[in-house]
Parts: sequence; structure tokens; C-alpha cells
Amino acid sequence: MKQKPTEKAISKITVFAFIFFLSLFIFGVNANEPKRVLEQAWNICLDCIGIG
Amino acid sequence: MESLRKFIQCIVTLLSNSYLLFPVSKNIYQGPLKVICSPGLNCYSCPASTTYCPIGAIQQLLLGIRFSLETGAYLFGAYVVGTIGLIGTTTGRISCGWLCPFGLIQELLYKLPFGRKREVFPYLRYVKYFMLIAFVFIFPLFLTNDWGMGKPWFCKYVCPAGTLEAGLPMLLLQPDLRATLGYLFYNKLFWMVVFLVWSVNTSRPFCKTTCPLGAFYGVFNKFSLFRLKLIESKCTDCGACAKVCPMGIQFNESVGSTECIMCMRCMREACEFGAIHLTCGNLSLTANQRFTKKKRVISENDAVI
Repeated sequence: MKQKPTEKAISKITVFAFIFFLSLFIFGVNANEPKRVLEQAWNICLDCIGIG
Repeated sequence: MESLRKFIQCIVTLLSNSYLLFPVSKNIYQGPLKVICSPGLNCYSCPASTTYCPIGAIQQLLLGIRFSLETGAYLFGAYVVGTIGLIGTTTGRISCGWLCPFGLIQELLYKLPFGRKREVFPYLRYVKYFMLIAFVFIFPLFLTNDWGMGKPWFCKYVCPAGTLEAGLPMLLLQPDLRATLGYLFYNKLFWMVVFLVWSVNTSRPFCKTTCPLGAFYGVFNKFSLFRLKLIESKCTDCGACAKVCPMGIQFNESVGSTECIMCMRCMREACEFGAIHLTCGNLSLTANQRFTKKKRVISENDAVI
């Protein structure tokens, strides 16, 4: 099936967005962000749940 | 299809909240699974939660960004935004319709046979973008105290999922916390009651008006890998899709709408002409789509006989 020009543009945006967010994800992993997220998630944030 | 969607919603809700030892430990889950992102809104301070909430995590990282940068660590939410960006790019807002625990709660409340069912005021749908930009990104980043620390504004002042899934259970588990209750808690309790009561006569009011995660995913609806498409030549503009849509949109007039949660009810239950189909890239995934139509044709023939 032949793609319409708009469909081609959309496909390009999808690929670009995917690469962009994948790069962000990899940068975050390299910066050791998952460890920080894990530490945050292990603690109860009383402020966040409206207590304290 | 609808029962399959409900089944998946229930399974994901149970998996995201599968730490069942919390009544014994009196604490939240502190295992390694909490490095996994919850695709929907699921408070990570919920005692049973086994995943992290992306909205909570972004705010926590941004409010302490000055300390991170001072110590030479570039922790500004790249991992979290990257994760939800990848989810959005791949599936758009499917997570809202199929995987969000708070979405499931609202849908179940909407099934209660009380009051007249209504639609939200259209302009209220823009509030969620304000929540995403201001309450999740700008306020935690720039409104800081004397020590340079911000606040998790959305979690602290708005999020009804946090109150329902974490605030109330923690008060039951740790009675000592009740002494610390004040304006903050009653404000959050107010918003929780508003959204839960609102859900009884309006379909998914929190998703439509306030959810920052839904606002984020919605941006990808026009170009996500999996998305619903319209075959214009088959559409008769009958409006059947609008009647079943839980988000109150007419698909043929707003293809790729940021509001669409891709529950696929329009495709499976409403459209008799096969005008709506699910695609992955340019590949249609709905070749055997109209078994419900076949059923209808058979029943009509039976009626004639």
C-alpha cells in the first residue's frame, strides 16, 4: 500500500520521538537515576499523600 | 473486547499493587521492583504498590534538582520522562484505557445506577495541561523555600489517587500519623471525594479534566506506533462511535484526539461499517474486526424469518 505524504511525516515524527525518548532513558540510566528513583520510592512521602 | 479490557485493567491493578505483606510489615514495599514505572496513575506510597508513579517521581527529582547539580549528578528526570515518553510514542494513551488503576476505579463508579449521566464542561479539559506544565514541572522546579527545595505540588495539593491509595491506608496502618492531620489532608480528602462522587455521574472526570499523565500521553495520540485510524470512505457520520465513547468524543470528527484513551469501544461495539481500525505503523491489526456485526446481521435475519 502506498503511503500518503502525511503518513510519511507522521512515521518520521514517531521514529524521531522514539529515538529522542530512548536517548533520554539511556542518559537517565547512565546518570544513575533509577537508583535515586528507587530510593525515593522506598520512602513514604508524607507530604505527598497529604499527611504531615 | 470490553470484558477483556476490564480483565486486563484488574490484572494490572493487582500486579501494580501486589505487596500483600503490608498489613504485617505496616510499611510500604521496599523491594527492587520499584524501579519499574507504573504506566498509569498509581501512588508509590500506597502500602501495596510495587511500582513507582512517574508523576510523583518527576516532581521529586525536580524539587531537589539544585542539590543534585551541586553534587555533580544530573538527575532531572531523564529516566522517568524517557520511560513515559517511550510508552507514549509506542502506545499513545492506551495506558489510560487499559492499564490505569485510577481509571478502573472511575469506570466502576460510573457503572453505579445513580443520577443522570452527564458530560464535563468542555473547557475543563484544558485544566490537565495546566496541571502537567505548572503543577508537575514549573512549580516544583521554581517555587522553592529558603533552602532551595521545591514541593511536589500535584501530589501534595491535588492527586486524589494518592489520598485514596496511600493517604487513607497509611492512616489505618500507622495510627500515630493521625495526630499530624491538618489542612493539607482535608484539602486532599476534599478533592478525592469530589472526583469519586463526580465519577458516579460523569465518565472518567479525573482523566478528562485533571490527570497530568493522561495529558502527557495524549500528545502522542496523533503519531504513536499503535493508533486508531479512520477509513473515510467507509464512514457514514452516523455518530454511533460518540454514543459509546467513555471520553465523550466522536471519533470520525477527531481522529488522533488527545482525549482518546483507545479503549476501542467505538471500533468493536459501535461502528457497523468497519470504518475504524487499529494499526501498528501502517499495518492494520483489525482484519477480523466485525464479528459483532456478523452477530447483528444474523439476529436481523432471524427477526425477518
